[in-house]
Amino acid sequence: MNTSDAPLLQVRGIVKEFPGVRALGGVDLDVRAGEVHCLLGQNGAGKSTMIKILSASYIPDEGTITWKGEPAKFGSPQAAINAGIATIYQELDLVDGLTVAENVFLGHELSSVGFSRRAAANKRTREILARLGHSEISPTRLVGELSPAGQQVVSMARALSHEVDLLILDEPSAVLDHGEVENLFRVVKNLTEQGVAIVYISHRLEEIREIGDRITVLKDGSTVATGLPAKSTPTADLIKLMTGRNIEYVFPQRDDAAQVADDVVLEVRDLALDGVFSGVDMTVRAGEIVGLAGLVGAGRSEILETIYGARRATSGTVSVDGKRLRRGAVDAAVKAGIGLAPEERKSQGLLLDQAVATNITVSSLNRFSRLGFIDRSGEKARSIELTESLDVRPTGVTRAVRTLSGGNQQKVVLARWLLRGCRVLLLDEPTRGVDVGARAEIYKLIRSLADSGVAVVVVSSEVEEVLGLADRVLVVREGRVVHEAAAAHIDESRVLDLVMEGTPA
Amino acid sequence: MTDSTTERPDLGKTTDPHEGVDPVDVLPETGGTDSSQAMVAPAPGGSDFMTRLGDTGFFRIAGLAVVLLVIAIVGTVTAGDRFLDVNNFLTILKLSAVLGVVSVGMTFVIIGGGIDLSVGAVVALSSVWATTVATQDMARDSHWLLILLAAVAVGAVAGLINGVLIAYGKVVAFIATLAMLVGARALAENISDNRTQIVSDMPGFYDFFGAEPLGIPMTVWVFALVAVIGWVLLNRTTFGRRTFAVGGNPEAARLAGINVRRHTVLLYVLVGVCAGLAAVLLIARTTTGNSAHGELLELDAIAAVVIGGTLLAGGRGTITGTVLGVLIFTTLTNVFTLNNRPPSEQDLLKGAVIVAAVLLQQWLASRKRTT
Repeated sequence: MNTSDAPLLQVRGIVKEFPGVRALGGVDLDVRAGEVHCLLGQNGAGKSTMIKILSASYIPDEGTITWKGEPAKFGSPQAAINAGIATIYQELDLVDGLTVAENVFLGHELSSVGFSRRAAANKRTREILARLGHSEISPTRLVGELSPAGQQVVSMARALSHEVDLLILDEPSAVLDHGEVENLFRVVKNLTEQGVAIVYISHRLEEIREIGDRITVLKDGSTVATGLPAKSTPTADLIKLMTGRNIEYVFPQRDDAAQVADDVVLEVRDLALDGVFSGVDMTVRAGEIVGLAGLVGAGRSEILETIYGARRATSGTVSVDGKRLRRGAVDAAVKAGIGLAPEERKSQGLLLDQAVATNITVSSLNRFSRLGFIDRSGEKARSIELTESLDVRPTGVTRAVRTLSGGNQQKVVLARWLLRGCRVLLLDEPTRGVDVGARAEIYKLIRSLADSGVAVVVVSSEVEEVLGLADRVLVVREGRVVHEAAAAHIDESRVLDLVMEGTPA
Repeated sequence: MTDSTTERPDLGKTTDPHEGVDPVDVLPETGGTDSSQAMVAPAPGGSDFMTRLGDTGFFRIAGLAVVLLVIAIVGTVTAGDRFLDVNNFLTILKLSAVLGVVSVGMTFVIIGGGIDLSVGAVVALSSVWATTVATQDMARDSHWLLILLAAVAVGAVAGLINGVLIAYGKVVAFIATLAMLVGARALAENISDNRTQIVSDMPGFYDFFGAEPLGIPMTVWVFALVAVIGWVLLNRTTFGRRTFAVGGNPEAARLAGINVRRHTVLLYVLVGVCAGLAAVLLIARTTTGNSAHGELLELDAIAAVVIGGTLLAGGRGTITGTVLGVLIFTTLTNVFTLNNRPPSEQDLLKGAVIVAAVLLQQWLASRKRTT
């Protein structure tokens, strides 16, 4: 390791607030030239926000950033890039229809008197790819034809087409299979040997062990430990640092297992979706809440969407009350009594420009219509009843649902299925974008739905939420259910351990 | 943060939360006791209507009315009594009927997130098919309603093909209906052998469409009826509600349990039926079926719908706006004809009116937001 002592990047006391949420409440971070610095923390700990501050997508409210010994205030992502900080996000921002070289020089094309210098760009690209140890990728290939791993290399090549001193990699291994991860590590080692510093974000501990130099741990938006040696810090210590929360969420009292009825409502057998998950078995009884814990990308959302019929299962069955559902048919699932509160509330769950009442009744319209004509006063009255009982604020069922906050929008989605009278409710990240106060209300609502005999399945990235809300927990890793336990018999560190273990090599 | 700016890629419209809202469903955000009372116990008739006027939808409609008024004033100044005459107004309405009937159907398709470029060609095909049926020997003794049924059936089938291609074949609406545009007109030319098919001995047919109940031509009654049915269908039925949902957010509609594909097919069948009906009106007016009927009608219809405030990206729109858009177009044509101006000038101004109407609406809507 040829790291020097004076840090390349020094971050002190970064605070970032969004309306109603304190995303970061004091982050410290030192990164030295030529090191791989790992950022570790649970979902919601503030890693993504921190990356966006380093790449100048967000401007911090408080705190200082010292870059190469001088105080730095980057006004725009472009300024950060020009200063030598490049970021590669999980979602690669490449143009599929352009060649590798065109992507690498997108936005700063090589040209003379307006004509693009394609030969020069291809040559430079070839050099950068060689530097990354991937000279087998041709600069003239279309990016859309490359594998995810190849596209990631192109993304890095784009970053390196500028002068880069610090490269931020946000879960770079999430899209890669095992062999490709090896490649990625080779590239990372190449770069650090040339003196480039890497900030590496990953949930997979064994990766951090392999290529990391030092670790900084974030929890609830603050740095709880920094500069830990990546190779030698015990796993138990790391998990201890990551768990436990300062903000205590109030979870409703869980019923005794005895109160859960015996009748199985939802039965999933050997469900599989090609290339995403396989062999998923699940049984949910009336009144029971089952939680799916796992990393983003482990296949949790896909499992819910496949049960719901929004994706067509490759094999396996889904039954409600003993009746098997047609594959890939949402309307059949809804008819059988399944409801879904999707992960992307705005793009998948709501008709944003439509009124609250319209959003509530959209799945039960037939109940409010005769010969196709809508009984508008009945619709309105029932919607008012529901929004009042769920305490949706501000009141008024004719207001556009766009004007509501995240928590209240989620209540509207829940009201829709409450009205429909579901047998099974699938909730994907039910509290994403919901502030602390509304969370407790939503937890209470979910519990009372279960108490009324609904079978509930909850997906959440927050382990604490799954444990606090569910009666039974399934841990999902890389498309498989790897563990099942009563929520009372498993704790946060055990779940985290299972979730992060990664594939044994 | 980029989130808020990338959220609504809808033709550069503003992001006022109220703007994208169906005026019928959404009351103004006055917040006070007034509106909450109205919500608990919707007042009957008049006052419900008054509350609705408070929405930006009203300003859109008002903007269109202003444009129409300006054109009327220009007409009065330049053509005087020849414009300001009951018979002239009836002529305008009579000429609006064909475009109007098609535009009502087009409004549904566009609110539902689609587009239909084939309506003009389908009008031609329907007119040729129906007149062929009418002139065949075996049909001589049959009832004149047959001509109507034939035209509407041809339109419905064309719409069905469009809809199935788009919803189940996943062909982009623009391309599927472009293919229908080319194909339907070619078929019409083939059937008619490029000749105008005159139907003169159809007494019942012309008696019916030649009638003028209450002094108003039957074709105008048909247009009015189609507009009213369209309004009710869009604003009072589950079909209309689902149309807004499918166009506003197809993914959310699907996940809410709406059969989006079936609904999409129905929308294209609906606009096809409207095109068939428009063909009947055209036959009644010209006594002919012709493969050249309805040329560029699709563009006029789309323009009328968009002028009327319907969002081309789907999810928002009104029948009232569309009807005003149609009237603006036809009145403009009428003023030019009365002044003996050439069609080229007329089209030039048509283009300007499209832009002006949309700009005016946006300006009025933004003024409403700031007050």
